[in-house]
Amino acid sequence: MIQKFLYLEWKAFFRSASFATNLALKILMGFVAVYFILIFLALGVGAFYILKKSNLDPIVTVNKFMIYYVIVDLIIRLLLQKIPVMNIRPLLILPIKKSTIVHFSLGKTALSFFNLVHGFFLIPFSVVLILEGYDVLSVLLWFTAIFSLMYINNFINILLSNKDNLFAIFLAMAAILGGFQYYELFNVTDYTAPFFDAVFNTYWAFAIPVLALIALYYVTFQYFKSNLYLDAGLSNKHDVAKTEDLTWLNQFGTIGTFLKNDIKLIKRNKRSKTTVGLSVMFLFYGFLFFTNGIEAYNNPVMHIFAGIFVSGGFLITFGQFVPSWDSAYYQLMMTQNIPYKGYLSSKWWLMVIATVVTTTIASFYLYFGWQVYLTIVVGAIYNIGVNSHLVLLGGAYTKTPIDLSSGKGAFGDKKAFNVKTMLISLPQLGLPVLLYWAGSSLANANVGLALVAGVGVIGFAFKDKAFSMIEKIYKSEKYATIAAYKQKS
Amino acid sequence: MIQVNNLSKTYNGTTVLKIDNLEIKKGESFGLVGNNGAGKTTFFSLLLDLIHPSTGNIVNNNVQVNTSENWKPFTASFLDESFLIGYLTPEEYFYFIGDLRGQNKADVDALLATHEEFFNGEILNNKKYLRDLSKGNQKKVGIIATLIGNPEVIILDEPFANLDPTTQFRLKKIIKDLADNPDVTVLVSSHDLMHTVEVSNRIVALNKGEIVKDIQTSQETLQELELFFAV
Repeated sequence: MIQKFLYLEWKAFFRSASFATNLALKILMGFVAVYFILIFLALGVGAFYILKKSNLDPIVTVNKFMIYYVIVDLIIRLLLQKIPVMNIRPLLILPIKKSTIVHFSLGKTALSFFNLVHGFFLIPFSVVLILEGYDVLSVLLWFTAIFSLMYINNFINILLSNKDNLFAIFLAMAAILGGFQYYELFNVTDYTAPFFDAVFNTYWAFAIPVLALIALYYVTFQYFKSNLYLDAGLSNKHDVAKTEDLTWLNQFGTIGTFLKNDIKLIKRNKRSKTTVGLSVMFLFYGFLFFTNGIEAYNNPVMHIFAGIFVSGGFLITFGQFVPSWDSAYYQLMMTQNIPYKGYLSSKWWLMVIATVVTTTIASFYLYFGWQVYLTIVVGAIYNIGVNSHLVLLGGAYTKTPIDLSSGKGAFGDKKAFNVKTMLISLPQLGLPVLLYWAGSSLANANVGLALVAGVGVIGFAFKDKAFSMIEKIYKSEKYATIAAYKQKS
Repeated sequence: MIQVNNLSKTYNGTTVLKIDNLEIKKGESFGLVGNNGAGKTTFFSLLLDLIHPSTGNIVNNNVQVNTSENWKPFTASFLDESFLIGYLTPEEYFYFIGDLRGQNKADVDALLATHEEFFNGEILNNKKYLRDLSKGNQKKVGIIATLIGNPEVIILDEPFANLDPTTQFRLKKIIKDLADNPDVTVLVSSHDLMHTVEVSNRIVALNKGEIVKDIQTSQETLQELELFFAV
């Protein structure tokens, strides 16, 4: 029976829409994958020696921060790892035992990328430990325990799936713990490190996570098995809908009509909500640059880079998928009497409003001084003036249908990659950095900022020109776009 | 009203639709029948400029549809669920379409009120998004949305499919009422010969992309069609 399942999985994998991209892209993706595997391997091998060089005991340091590794892993899983319940439906009426179906479905998640990726760090790290003369058995037990924790996360995620906003709670928890630790108010690692140390130093402590994993697997199995009904575990969740008129937007005419729709789009779909969450994360991205956390980041040229990201998180994550947000009903849009200009303006206004709001919220960066906040404001001006047009222009070439009901893919869709979009996105970050660098090395930092802001203002003046250009692309790509959106991923 | 000239659509060397000449007059109630793959949806998609014709063109009320967009204000259509916006409630969807067609909330409400019976209490004020409605109820929303703003050309692809018997009956009445209006041209496609014969005064049968029958509806039409499709 398992054989037959594996056969189905094999077909599903090789016939998935994302696999059917062109050869060049596949090769490129292959290179990217190899690159990341090498990075992880290097990190796994290098972590030991880097820590050693900074006069830290490698295993003690890793154990100390292991709690964060575990929490972050869980957050990422809650956000991205999905349980493929739909694939189970057709199996229910076939002569297959329910327990076989559940075992297989759970077993399948064990092979998920989210579990295997840890191997790239943990295996080389463990090998280095052994080579460096640590007790082989201790290392193996430690490795088993840590991997069990990763699998515990895997099953926790399954049990907690379909519960919205949990990841935000965990994220807030991690942020608070991290903040407390940074300012030395409360150190959670004081309480967790002894456990991880015990796993390494004793021969019995590793059993705790392993037994917990076995127990959790049993619980998950029972839970799934008892919920294997179309109206229970396999049901699609229905939200209670409320009609919203948003009449205050009527005063904006056609733009108001589309804005109403866009606001509902963002509020009511998982994918768009994930995008908003992502742009909030971008808001805090600046901490990496302004806190001296990473030395290489703390130079003025990198600051303007941060300024673009902090104020433009939403603009970049949302804008690059216009008009794909409307892909599910693109045929409707194409048969209605829709002025492209109104449609585009609505998206543009949405991005502008979001950028202004983010920049206002980002005023907490004033803590790091006027210069830092000024950089962010200049970034916002450039975003509104130039980047808003560039993302819309790039989006016009992006023909990836968006599945609004799934949070997956919010971090960038591999199918959404094409050369045109990439070329268009280069000046989004490259140009301001270049301008700022030129300005600050020829005169001073403020001249650099003025240059960037100036280009932003000029870009703003070309709004109509940019819009009519995008409109032309929409028209010339119309049939190809409709055909592409029809192919459900 | 609608004039088809030398129209054809070819995919990878296979011709899926070939109509040399077809004229649909203003006020006509036009029924399109045919088996799966006969080209019904392809024809409607070409008429709505959703796909590009391989040769020829369609002229809708003196507007050539693949070169100008001026047919949009007077043409309304519902082909499938991809014409619905899943995350809206039915009311919001109707108002959105109304906004695009220059109808205010009161106009839309008045139209919805006349079709309360058709909705059968399952559509309005139901606290459900369109994506969570059943196929049949989604169809009801799509069909009524085409009536917003008094369009002159109404295109419905398989409107009877997925509807319950009572609703099919009510839909027939709606289409017949539209057909009685000399200013409205209705185009309906269906697998169901009986329904089509009842609501249309002219029926065209497609087979493998070509017109095989073009008849004004009469007493004998149903028999004639049944004879043709019975193999």
